[in-house]
This record gives sequence, C-alpha cells and structure tokens, in this order.
Amino acid sequence: MGCSPNLPKTTMVKSDFGYNSKIEGEVIVTRADAVVNWVRSNSVWPMPMGLACCAIELMAAGGSRFDISRFGMEVMRFSPRQADCMIVAGTVTYKMAEVVRRIYDQMAEPKWVVAMGACASTGGMYRSYATLQGVDNIVPVDIYISGCPPRPEALLDGMMLLQEKIRQEGGSLRRTFRGRTVETKIVS
Amino acid sequence: MDAAALTSRFPATQDLAGKDMPTYRVAGTDLLAVVSALRGEQGFDLLADLCGLELQGRPVRFGVVIHLLSTTHKEYVRLHVDAVNDRVPSVSSLHPGANWHEREAFDMFGITFTGHPDPRRILMWEAYPYHPLRKDFPLAGIEVPLPAADVAEVTGQTVEPAPMMGGPFVSHGGHFSEGEPSALDQSWNEQKPKA
Repeated sequence: MGCSPNLPKTTMVKSDFGYNSKIEGEVIVTRADAVVNWVRSNSVWPMPMGLACCAIELMAAGGSRFDISRFGMEVMRFSPRQADCMIVAGTVTYKMAEVVRRIYDQMAEPKWVVAMGACASTGGMYRSYATLQGVDNIVPVDIYISGCPPRPEALLDGMMLLQEKIRQEGGSLRRTFRGRTVETKIVS
Repeated sequence: MDAAALTSRFPATQDLAGKDMPTYRVAGTDLLAVVSALRGEQGFDLLADLCGLELQGRPVRFGVVIHLLSTTHKEYVRLHVDAVNDRVPSVSSLHPGANWHEREAFDMFGITFTGHPDPRRILMWEAYPYHPLRKDFPLAGIEVPLPAADVAEVTGQTVEPAPMMGGPFVSHGGHFSEGEPSALDQSWNEQKPKA
C-alpha cells in the first residue's frame, strides 16, 4: 500500500488507512483470497445435522432472540448440495455415522464441519458400544464447541471462530475436482 | 382377573404372586393361547410392554416379560415366558404392537421370536455380530467393522471399544449426592494403563 509522492501529505496519510476515492477512483485493490474469503465467511449456509438435544439449541440460535442471520448463516439448507458448513449437533451413533459421512461427501467444496457439543466432539457421556467417539473419526472437523448442550451463544461464538478461520484461508481459488487441483482464473 | 380359570385351563401356568399386579409364568407352548384367552375372554386388549431379559443362575438363560392392560377393567397382568433354546413364540399376530418390541428383544438379547413377520434387528445394523444387552457383552463394545464398507475404507475407522477410564461412571454418596459422578476404579485412564 503506497501512494503517489506528488500528492499533498495529508492525502498520503489518509490513503494509508483505507480507500480514498480521490486517488483510487472506483477501484479497490485487494487480494483475490481476501475477497473470496470475505464473501464465503459472511454467507455460510449451514447443513443442520441435528441428531439429539443440541439440535434444539441450534434451532434456538436460528430464532429471533439469538438470530444467527446477523452473521449471514440463517439459510439452513437440508440439502447437502446447497450447504457449505455441516453443524453436527448431537450424538452420532455408529449406525448414523455412515449417513453423516455420506452427506459430508455430497456437500460441494469448499466445506466446513462444526462439532457442536460434547457428543459430536468426543462421544460425550455415551461411552458405549453404539456411539461414535467423536465425529472427527469420520469427517474433518474445523470447530469444536463445548457444552452439553452448548447454549446458542456458544454456537454463535463457534460460528464466528469459523468465520475467522475462513477469512484466513489461502488458496481459496484452488479446489480439487476428481483428484485434480483446479485453479479458477479471474478474467476482467 | 380370573386367576383360577387361567391356571386350571393351562396347567403349566404358574402363579408367581406378583406384589404389584397378577403375575404368571407361562410355558412358551401355551403363550399364544394364554394371550389370546386373556384378550378375548378377560378383556386384556392392550399390550403395554414386551421386553427381553437375562436371568443369571436360572436353567433357562433368557426370558420375555409381557405386560397386558385391560382398558375396560383398568388392570394389568404380567406374563413371564422362559425362552427355551432362546426361542419364544411371537405374539405380534395377536397384538401387532409387539412387532417392534420383539425386534428389539431379538436385537439386544438374541431371542428368536418364532412366527415373527419381520425378524430383523431394529437398533443395531443388520451385520452387527453381537447382542449387546447380554451380560457377557462389555458396555464399551467389541471392535467390528463399520456398517458401511465404503465409509470404513475412506475413513479407516472401525467400531472401537469406547474408552471407559475405569468406568462406568457412578455417583457416590447415595441419593441426592452433590458429588460429581466418577469412575469406581480411578487407578487407570487412557494415558495410564490398567495395572
């Protein structure tokens, strides 16, 4: 970030801190990653994988009191094709693990997973033959949220952490498609 | 409830003198006739519950308990059936509501219900090799492959015994204790092997 040495000093100071319409006209210079990540992080469409009581708190987070739409996440999509963040809210049994993994596979890249609550994170209090001991055994998890169940505020905090993580991702124009790495070209 | 009529008509039926409701031990061969008679003649028209149980120290290992309710006389009756050779006749022809209860008893204990219209597991997946509520099955489970072969291949995951950390967790200090539930044997955990 710099500016032309011919300009008066006051303008130089101003332009160091941000967008100056007098210099830059209607052009903003930035990194493609930053723009893409900005868009992605503010329109996370969750796939509500509600399996137990955590789903009740997830529903509360969608209601007007906690209002997850403040973060652009109110568009709960029950189709994995239209979602990009799976919120695993509840106890994952071994019988259900297959379904969770299949739905994760059906989601389009880029995709993220939030393990909401003790059961999704570690199996929680269900130390038994029937319960998967943490959903990270079958899908990669980005954010773990503690609580049994977590309050909606905790979920929102976790989702804001996920936004922060998305904003710091690199190579956001790169993706893998059928085993090949594909670079998206921006054509102006 | 006409107890005398039941025991005289079915000599193998034994009155167990239940404290809370009339309780009978019924022979498996008589079960359908007994349930049918109770439903048709004594008004026990609702099957309230059917569950399997394992009784240690008895000659027959497994049994089934059936609770019947009379919606006209407002009373219950309880029937015990021993699962000789792990087999009990299905009562789902008389009470269709027994269907899923019998599937659960089969799933959890391995009791076969002869004449059941749909004898599949109901809670665990079809290929699961054990019956988890049996006394000799550990609560943590036994390692087996995941139900879906493709998911198992991608994730490299199996059904693993759950870490028990000396558990199961119990509360100490009796009823209304404010203490945290904890394992009875705390001498070992995931990091420290059991001595």
